[in-house]
Amino acid sequence: MFELAIGIILGCCALGAGIAMIAGIGPGIGEGNAVAKACEAIGRQPESKSAVTSTMIMGCAIAETTGLYALVVAILLIFVAPGIMVDVLLSAI
Amino acid sequence: MNKSTSKTLKFILVDCVLLTCTFLPIAFVIILEILTRVPSDDISLSGAQIFFEFNMPLQKLYITEAQVNSWAVIISIFFLCIFLTHGLAPKAKTKRQLLLEWVVEQTEKLVNGNMGEIFKNFAPFIATVIALSAFSSLLSLFGLYPPTSDINIIAGWALAVAGLITYYRFKCGPIGYIKSFCDPIGMLPLNVINEVATPVSMTFRHYGNIISGVVVSVLVGAGLQGLSHIVLGSLPGILGEVPFLQIGIPAVLSVYFDIFSGCLQAYIFAMLTMMYVSGAFNIDEFELRKKKKALKKANGGN
Repeated sequence: MFELAIGIILGCCALGAGIAMIAGIGPGIGEGNAVAKACEAIGRQPESKSAVTSTMIMGCAIAETTGLYALVVAILLIFVAPGIMVDVLLSAI
Repeated sequence: MNKSTSKTLKFILVDCVLLTCTFLPIAFVIILEILTRVPSDDISLSGAQIFFEFNMPLQKLYITEAQVNSWAVIISIFFLCIFLTHGLAPKAKTKRQLLLEWVVEQTEKLVNGNMGEIFKNFAPFIATVIALSAFSSLLSLFGLYPPTSDINIIAGWALAVAGLITYYRFKCGPIGYIKSFCDPIGMLPLNVINEVATPVSMTFRHYGNIISGVVVSVLVGAGLQGLSHIVLGSLPGILGEVPFLQIGIPAVLSVYFDIFSGCLQAYIFAMLTMMYVSGAFNIDEFELRKKKKALKKANGGN
């Protein structure tokens, strides 16, 4: 019974981490759009390349944030959550 | 004898001492790492090692590897700055002075361009943030634990930035501070959440970028180890143990994750610091308040 409980905990943590990383789709599409528009802008006005590039990198960094939230949640679920859950289980028994 | 072009013996001696002081903390941390590393056969992901524990009223205070490495970086940067500023002359003679002038010029240009003329004195702070963050990330090139892959270190920096933001909001007085949250009327709760989310998002952005590089590097390393074992595993003896696929390929990843990503995150952290701090300061209201105060003082005097 105890093994089953630990198995459920570990499996659910892994599933949760996987589901959390679905959030990686959003930043991927968003950053792709940003870079595509930046390329268009550089193509139209090659002289403004440095300004466009630095603005694009800033925008990409901000668009990345939601994906990084998901990453931090996934890392917590994989490395931190199982230990806490097992401790809770042991204290409940 | 032309004294202005040749360096005196004393100058060179001081240079040597300063350079030694620059590299000594890094060497100390490397020795500490070799002495305290727990040997393991598998490739494993683990947090910072705990060196000491102190009993404190609320909870234990841990002195971890990340903190010690961070102090080493701070001391190293301190002596590097003294080394670079050693022997400054009104007209640049040495290469290091030219380098330093370039760095100072670029930082001032960056700060003036992003924050405006009123925040001119912010350039040293921004340079410090960039140097600390970049050198902390680059510490992983020595095989050490980079302090930026510990969330606590970056949370400390982000809290410092949050303190600065609050300070500049308070420049317009307590009423101005409350007023700055009610900018579109009725958006108070959202603005308060936004204020709390700023340090959290800055922490997660920097930490997430560095830790994702660490995780990917470790996974690729483990995968290559398994792959080379499959390819060479049938050979007898020590030949089967040679991890030939692990030579070179992780270095390509390291160039991106350790060097490029670390420096880019330092730049982005500094950029966000500048944007948030200059956004928190309402210059029109500050000038208005200054004028009102001066008027009040003049009236009171009469």
